Amino acid sequence: MLWLSLYLPHLALEVFARGERRAAPLAIYIQQGNRQLVHVRNRAAAQRGIRPGMPINAALALCAELNIRARDEAAEAAALHGLAVWAGQFTSLLSVQSPQGLLLEIEGSLLLFGGLEALREHIAQGVAELGYRARLAVASTPLGAWLLARAGYTQSVTDLPTLTRVLHPLPLSVLECPVQDLAALRGLGLRHVGDCVRLPRAGLAKRFGEDFLDYLDKAFGLRPDPRPRFNAPEQFSAQLPLPAEVTHSEALLFAARRLIVELQGFLLARGAGVQTLVLDLLHADHACSTLSVGLVRPTRDAEHLTSLLRETLERHQLIAPVEGLVMHAEHAIELHGSHRDLFTSRHPEHRDWQQLVEQLRARLGEDRISGVCTCSDHRPELAWRYCPPGENVRLSVGRLRPVWLLPHPQLLVSVDAQPWMDGELNLTRGPERIESGWWDDNDIGRDYFIAENARHERFWIYREIGASVQWFLHGVFA
Amino acid sequence: MSLDRILQRADIWRGGDHALRDKGAAVQRSVPSGYAELDAQLPGGGWPMGALAELLLEQQGIGEVQLLLPALAQLSRGERWLMWISPPYLPYAPALATAGVELTHMLITRPRTQRDALWAMEQALRSGACAAVLAWLEEPDPQAVRRLQLAAETGGSLGVLFRPLQAAAQASPAALRLQLSAAADGLEVQIIKRRGGWSRQPVRVRRGHAVA
Repeated sequence: MLWLSLYLPHLALEVFARGERRAAPLAIYIQQGNRQLVHVRNRAAAQRGIRPGMPINAALALCAELNIRARDEAAEAAALHGLAVWAGQFTSLLSVQSPQGLLLEIEGSLLLFGGLEALREHIAQGVAELGYRARLAVASTPLGAWLLARAGYTQSVTDLPTLTRVLHPLPLSVLECPVQDLAALRGLGLRHVGDCVRLPRAGLAKRFGEDFLDYLDKAFGLRPDPRPRFNAPEQFSAQLPLPAEVTHSEALLFAARRLIVELQGFLLARGAGVQTLVLDLLHADHACSTLSVGLVRPTRDAEHLTSLLRETLERHQLIAPVEGLVMHAEHAIELHGSHRDLFTSRHPEHRDWQQLVEQLRARLGEDRISGVCTCSDHRPELAWRYCPPGENVRLSVGRLRPVWLLPHPQLLVSVDAQPWMDGELNLTRGPERIESGWWDDNDIGRDYFIAENARHERFWIYREIGASVQWFLHGVFA
Repeated sequence: MSLDRILQRADIWRGGDHALRDKGAAVQRSVPSGYAELDAQLPGGGWPMGALAELLLEQQGIGEVQLLLPALAQLSRGERWLMWISPPYLPYAPALATAGVELTHMLITRPRTQRDALWAMEQALRSGACAAVLAWLEEPDPQAVRRLQLAAETGGSLGVLFRPLQAAAQASPAALRLQLSAAADGLEVQIIKRRGGWSRQPVRVRRGHAVA
């Protein structure tokens, strides 16, 4: 077993800060009695002189445009949950190390991802793309990896003797003990983890409890340390609170992209694609507004989803400032591998027709693009209809028909019972009698002719059977 | 100095062959229009793939789409699609089906604004998913036409812009420009601009004489 642990020391801050691109000063405060004290702050705020422990009023006096948010432990737990869902693409054995970390068992994944270092790099890049700063460590016991991550030890440790050797010089602060125990250990003159291990076990157990001994044994691999397995939910739902209210939609894309990367991890873990993406925009005083992106073909391509979401956001008018985002994906559909030709060269900008249609729909509107197909009807205006792209009914049509049809027949001026359209129209072919449609109330009886005027424009015109000499224009032979 | 050495120099331009800059897209260079007398005058023997063609006409209904139909039918039977952007009337499915156009590979869109229409044409040309894109746009400016020409090259598609006759006076970056006027038995086609040479006489294309 080989364990990789992720330690996120700045999670309280990053839960909010990862939603915006530019780092405006941000401070997270906690309530202590009736005072609000700064708990953590980001670099921009630190440069203005804000320190942890400072009262919030003092912080605001130092920096007027400081964004302040209360520490939200529920959001931190949700973020850790989202990170675990994302990490499911690397391994099936995950464990959440509340409140600030994640443990992944990676021995089975090494071959697929190209070796230990490649996997570490891949995970590190992914975590950065999600907007977190994490420390990674690899060791052969979960607790050992966790302690190494807390200490910031970056080299991978793959066997127990090395782990023992590496854990000894770590400072006592990496141990997760109550504060008074740490103070007592320091009072005994101990400085490093190795010092604790060298003490007699019975005395240590009596002074600090059996649990402390078990803890050290688990870290060094002397006791088994089974971890509860994290099970990803069936449906994807992720949340991102924003550090400040956002009033224009382009700024939302940056935050939404973080959620799309989490979604991609979720889909990779299940080998699935998504067909509908739903983004809820949370407002302070309004009900949430919902944006939806539909796909012709299920996909898990983060770039494609981001560009579709960009088009949709650009067209969307915000009704109120947004303070958070929630993304859902319904219906994760299994994607099977597609066959690729070995020898076709594909330009990197090329897309296939489904992606083109999705992109056009996202910008122009769902109803603005369609295909056409033929219908089995003698009435010319019903012999065709709009249909979803790619559909058709194969019917044999033999008659000469115009390329353009007018949506509604247009009445023509008649001079001496002859039709007129920019000049006198000569009937060159016809009549073709079409009488049909008695079964619904749309029956027609018409004589169709092909007519040409002096400028050699050709039209498809008709007159009603038996009625007055009124001519109608129905099509143009383009 | 031998002829081969001269031909290898970088400052020699050869007018006889028009090598399309192949940007990694495996496409055919031109698709036959189906009218022999027109193909004889067009460089490459047909409509140029990976380029923009402009058809300039004064009136509608003289057979301008029928000029393209044999080529469109052939292109639609392949793997790629046809796209119609803002046609003036409804493309009548039975007529297209009779002409041999594969309706399962056809897309029609009517964007609300001119900007959206230009954007849609550029995306469709660039994607390589469409073999031909026909568009009726309101007076695009030369920069827009240049972008469309580049997009057609990237995607290896044929772009066709229908424009009024007055546009003939403007310079345009399109690779092929044809002026169409009506004639008694068909169309008279005057090639205003084409790659690799000047056109000579106008071509008389007879209606219904397409070699399918």
